Amino acid sequence: MDSFFSHTLAAILTIGIISFLYKDNPLYKFCESLFIGVSAGYWFVQQYYANLLPKLFDNLGITRMLGAENVPEGALQKLFLHGEWSEDLLYLIAGILGVMMLLRLVSRIGWISRWPMAFIVGSISGLYFITYFQSNAMRQMQNTILPLNSFNNLVLIVGTVTGIIYFYFSKEHKGLFGAAARVGVYFLMVTFGASFGYTVMSRMSLLIGRVDFLFGTWLGLVK
Amino acid sequence: MKTFSYSFIFYCLLGLILLATTDGLAQVESSDSLLSPLLPPSEVIAEDHPGDAGGAIIVRWKLSPDEDKGITGYEILRSASPTAEFSSVGFAATGANRYVDANTEDSLTYYYKVVAIDADRNASESEISPPVRSSPQWFNFHLLNLLIIGGLICGAVIYFIAHAKKGKKFFLRKIAGLEAVDEAIGRATEMGRPILFIPGILDMDDVQTIAGITILGRVAKTIAQYETKLNVPTSRSIVMSTAMETVKEAYISAGRADAYSDDFVHYVTDEQFGYVAAVDGIMVREKPATCFYIGAFFAESLIMAETGNSIGAIQIAGTAMPAQLPFFVAACDYTLIGEELFAASAYLSGEPKQLGSLKGQDVGKIIAMLAIVIGALLETFFAISGSSFFGSLAELVHKLFSIVAS
Repeated sequence: MDSFFSHTLAAILTIGIISFLYKDNPLYKFCESLFIGVSAGYWFVQQYYANLLPKLFDNLGITRMLGAENVPEGALQKLFLHGEWSEDLLYLIAGILGVMMLLRLVSRIGWISRWPMAFIVGSISGLYFITYFQSNAMRQMQNTILPLNSFNNLVLIVGTVTGIIYFYFSKEHKGLFGAAARVGVYFLMVTFGASFGYTVMSRMSLLIGRVDFLFGTWLGLVK
Repeated sequence: MKTFSYSFIFYCLLGLILLATTDGLAQVESSDSLLSPLLPPSEVIAEDHPGDAGGAIIVRWKLSPDEDKGITGYEILRSASPTAEFSSVGFAATGANRYVDANTEDSLTYYYKVVAIDADRNASESEISPPVRSSPQWFNFHLLNLLIIGGLICGAVIYFIAHAKKGKKFFLRKIAGLEAVDEAIGRATEMGRPILFIPGILDMDDVQTIAGITILGRVAKTIAQYETKLNVPTSRSIVMSTAMETVKEAYISAGRADAYSDDFVHYVTDEQFGYVAAVDGIMVREKPATCFYIGAFFAESLIMAETGNSIGAIQIAGTAMPAQLPFFVAACDYTLIGEELFAASAYLSGEPKQLGSLKGQDVGKIIAMLAIVIGALLETFFAISGSSFFGSLAELVHKLFSIVAS
């Protein structure tokens, strides 16, 4: 009985969302609002239990201070009770930055929230510079340096070089340079077409999954 | 008689001695055959792992001479003292002469032994290695090539920014999608319908989102001047905060602080398809005249683009996600492909810092093209002629762009 109810509910919500293909309607609006509300609430709880609780409150010892006994001592307990320095104290900085972000809600001092935003954007850019440079530039170049003694290698090198020429912004695409850029665009479009076809196949499999649920699991018409 | 008895005693004693020795040898042989029919690995050296933050030691050894006689692998043993008990820290496959112990403490001294093992579980231990300690290094010399090339590109960026600040004009080729931004905003203003801006569904730690928010600032400035309504639904809370600040700054700089409202930017949900359901709802109900999709997208890209197409909106998309570009190219009026997204901010603003940065990146592209062409030619000449001159030059080019695994 429980599974019939849950399957029926899932089927109604599935049909409600798919009805958008025809036009906007009250059932779709209800399903949309339900989806947004439930997912927003779920993500809030998920972020709390996956991030805030273990990384901030447990590590600093705030959970233990509030009475939880099954949690090990945090950095604040280690510092004030035992005089020990713990690396987890660095989470205090993260906590302070988080509080500064929340000050957005107070219009008078909302400007304070710009500092943690600047910290996030700046530090992430700096940290990812090396990662992206290694994976997206250096490794790509290393793997493209190949001898021109096979058709595959020739296609790879010509496609890569003409693709880079297309994205060169300092010169007008005219003459020989323009022709090379045009070749690069053709390579890009062929790649996009292949990627499109491949992705459409995977989307079809998602649709098959939902249709199988509706006609198989819910209605039992397909075994 | 006396001679006979002395001889007899002598030979008895000799026999006893021989018997004892042979028996002992037999026992030694049999114990050896039980413990170690294999020859052990030799020359075990342990050293601190270079170019890391500590906590790792590399153990190297010379393979056992019985490598091709059934050795299945090597067990690495570790101890804090040469006389204390050794414990196992890992295994290496047959043929391997190197193992990285990544669980060491920097303040402790370690000793290592390597044990050759065969299929019958016979083991043969090596000598104990000299003492070793792991330690962190300030500089990872394996990434020196990265520093050089990164330094060249950053140097070019700084050079061109300095020149741009002095007033030098730089040429930028036309990018169709960006040429159409003003036209798209004007269309929305004439029709009296809002503009929808989607900054992607990833957080501010993604460079595409940063690029999207930067472009939002430029677009918002133009929108403020035209007094068109703006709607920016976001999928992440920090993106919402950053977008709010960006739009507010844009309105202030356009002299239209009174027209700004916090309601322009709002959070929907972190859930991917919940977000796109909301965006689709906004599209069919508010019917924006212009839709911008600038940032990182996944499967929701086609859903949004097709819905935008169905309401007759002009759509300008920009992303560096290769799997989503085909959908935007098919469904949108203009698409900024990859690098064009990152150039858009410089293009729209004309700011010296951004233009100089773009020129510096073009220097990086020249380095990449030259490296690929020169490297490919050298590899080709080496493949054809077999000349060691071309071979060593090709290897040099490869090394310049290689990432050494740590």
